[in-house]
Amino acid sequence: MHFAFTDDQKMLRDTVREVLQRECAPEVVRAAWDGSPERARAVWDTLAETGVIGMTASEEAGGMAMSELDLVLPLEEAGYAALPGPIVDTVAVGIPLLEAAGTDAQKERWLGPAVAGKARIVVSLADQSIVAHAVSADVLIAERSGAAYCVPLADASISVERSVDRARELGRVSFEADAQYQMRQDVDTTALFVLARERAALGTAAQLIGLSRRMLDMAVQYAKDREQFGKPIGAQQAIKHRLANALIEQEFARPTVYRAGWSMATSAPDADINVSLAKIYAGQAAKFVAKEALQVHGAIGYTIECDLHMWMKRAWALAAVHGDAAYHRERVGRHIL
Amino acid sequence: MDLDFSDSENAFRRECRAWLEANVPREPLPSGDTREGFALHLQWEHKLFDAGWAAVSWPKQYGGREATLFEWLIFEEEYYRLGAPSRVTQNGIFLLAPTLFEFGTDEQKERILRPMARGDVAWGQAWSEPNAGSDLASLKSTARRVEGGWRLSGQKTWSTRAAFCDMAYGLFRTDPEQTRHRGLTYFMFPLDAEGITVRGVDRLDGDEGFAEIFLDDVFVADTDVIGEVNQGWSVAMATTGSERGLSLRSPGRFVATAARLIDLYHRYRDRSDPVLRDAVIQAWMDAQVYRWFTFQTVTRMVQGESIGPDSSMNKVFWSEMDVRTHETALALVGEALELDEGSDSAIDGGHWMKGFQFALAGPIYAGTNEIQRNIIAERVLGLPRK
Repeated sequence: MHFAFTDDQKMLRDTVREVLQRECAPEVVRAAWDGSPERARAVWDTLAETGVIGMTASEEAGGMAMSELDLVLPLEEAGYAALPGPIVDTVAVGIPLLEAAGTDAQKERWLGPAVAGKARIVVSLADQSIVAHAVSADVLIAERSGAAYCVPLADASISVERSVDRARELGRVSFEADAQYQMRQDVDTTALFVLARERAALGTAAQLIGLSRRMLDMAVQYAKDREQFGKPIGAQQAIKHRLANALIEQEFARPTVYRAGWSMATSAPDADINVSLAKIYAGQAAKFVAKEALQVHGAIGYTIECDLHMWMKRAWALAAVHGDAAYHRERVGRHIL
Repeated sequence: MDLDFSDSENAFRRECRAWLEANVPREPLPSGDTREGFALHLQWEHKLFDAGWAAVSWPKQYGGREATLFEWLIFEEEYYRLGAPSRVTQNGIFLLAPTLFEFGTDEQKERILRPMARGDVAWGQAWSEPNAGSDLASLKSTARRVEGGWRLSGQKTWSTRAAFCDMAYGLFRTDPEQTRHRGLTYFMFPLDAEGITVRGVDRLDGDEGFAEIFLDDVFVADTDVIGEVNQGWSVAMATTGSERGLSLRSPGRFVATAARLIDLYHRYRDRSDPVLRDAVIQAWMDAQVYRWFTFQTVTRMVQGESIGPDSSMNKVFWSEMDVRTHETALALVGEALELDEGSDSAIDGGHWMKGFQFALAGPIYAGTNEIQRNIIAERVLGLPRK
């Protein structure tokens, strides 16, 4: 039993953290909200240069053949920065799907550019038509009636939907499910999509941990800086206990995500249950921290001038996608009861 | 990262499982918080010690088997899975012993540890006073210097099982010029010494699990001082750290409670509704989460990190989880929940109501959860004290 990341894994996390600290300040997230995603796109390019965008691709495809466990810390950092863009779809789900089920022509067209950060992949599982980042991504991998399609978004029809988190750039996507888009039929697409769902849930859970950490950092900083009655509000026990509770929720959620990453990377027999725990606890923690952080900020937190709202809204959205708590709790319930 | 147990850890599990399966009493013992039950629990402790299982992580010379921290957690998982008796020696083994290992003299360790672990000498703690609970540093009991030792006077309270114990330990003010946490010294003293009166106090569940200790000029020799005179606070903090942290509440017991809750659910599921079903699932998941959080913490300890104020998060989590889990069990049982132990119709011997009342103590003892939250806010998050 050894429950810790390797130095290499921590180094990769630090690299991502430095890039995002330098290039993905809250103004970048705010710009994406305001319909100017160019700066977020530049962050994506830098991440691709460091190899993070292509990390799950095989070495032949220019990647690092990294596992779900290796992914967890970089995605946590993406959550911390509220990085706009389909990083879970592209890195955790899309690139592995494309490599496993893409035809030679599809891989030829999309794999290299995806690894290089030039093409962004979004994924639509289980016939979902609303897809985050569909508006600005380049290619869609979709599960339609159990079959797999790889569709250039230029060929699809996209109507814009509005997310509470504007940086998610939701679109309702439809396309002609015809043969030219179909992916390989000689592979077990059912199994691949099952795996894709687990990866999407895991990657989302990792982002939720990062979102929690950032919101808690903001709230703690605010509690230290903001003075009322002649002292920082953070000196009041009522504030202390809220923030202590937020930290407890977050810190107990964290190992569930790491364990789920390890379970998937080692194909452990209970990997799906561990992913469910991760998604439930990370979502629960992020929503709880959001609520406490808002209360600690008081009225300023209730405005969109304060950065907090962008993290809160991301947390609300991500806690619900790829299986909300009710879905995953039911999955655990079937396993244990 | 490797979240499987190693071959040697698995071998250790098989070894303790085999011994426990062969030796754990088939019928549960009467409560260890009663005089009769306490004596029976001590007999069980003799058996555990003689087979080398009483304090698995201790050095061999004191009767342990030098188990790693993970092996200790494995032992606890097997122990509670099989429903083995509660550990009436725990105030010695898990609270005093770590202090002795860190601050005790060789003579003290030789004299005290083996009889403590075998249950030949039973130890109780004497921390709190009537006016020093959460604010322990405001304690008033004193120790006066005399030839060859000290004279202790004052009153201690909430001493677990002290009515049945042989020895106790606690802090006394040795420097009357100093206040708060300065000028305190850590003493051990016999509960049958001249000048001591012990009065049992019935707890919420009716067992005589608490006691008050009155000390009137009780002589204690210099050899029963732990650490430096007037340095008792820092000596004691090492012990309360282990009380809050892993020592008292390893995940094994919560994982076992969750498994019993699921068993109860299967027997009472026709009374259940989706809300209760969700609560059962939540209880199982919480125990799992606590287990993995602990494994992560123990890995840090194995790597040489000290845990410090992080242990306060542990304490808040397990104590509040334990209350929720028992509340869920009682909700499943329904109106039968009031049937107490000793009632013929009680479900599972009234075990759930008993456990619920015991769980309610968790957020209070070893530093209330309000104190723990202050510690988390100030020492982990860095919020201002004032």
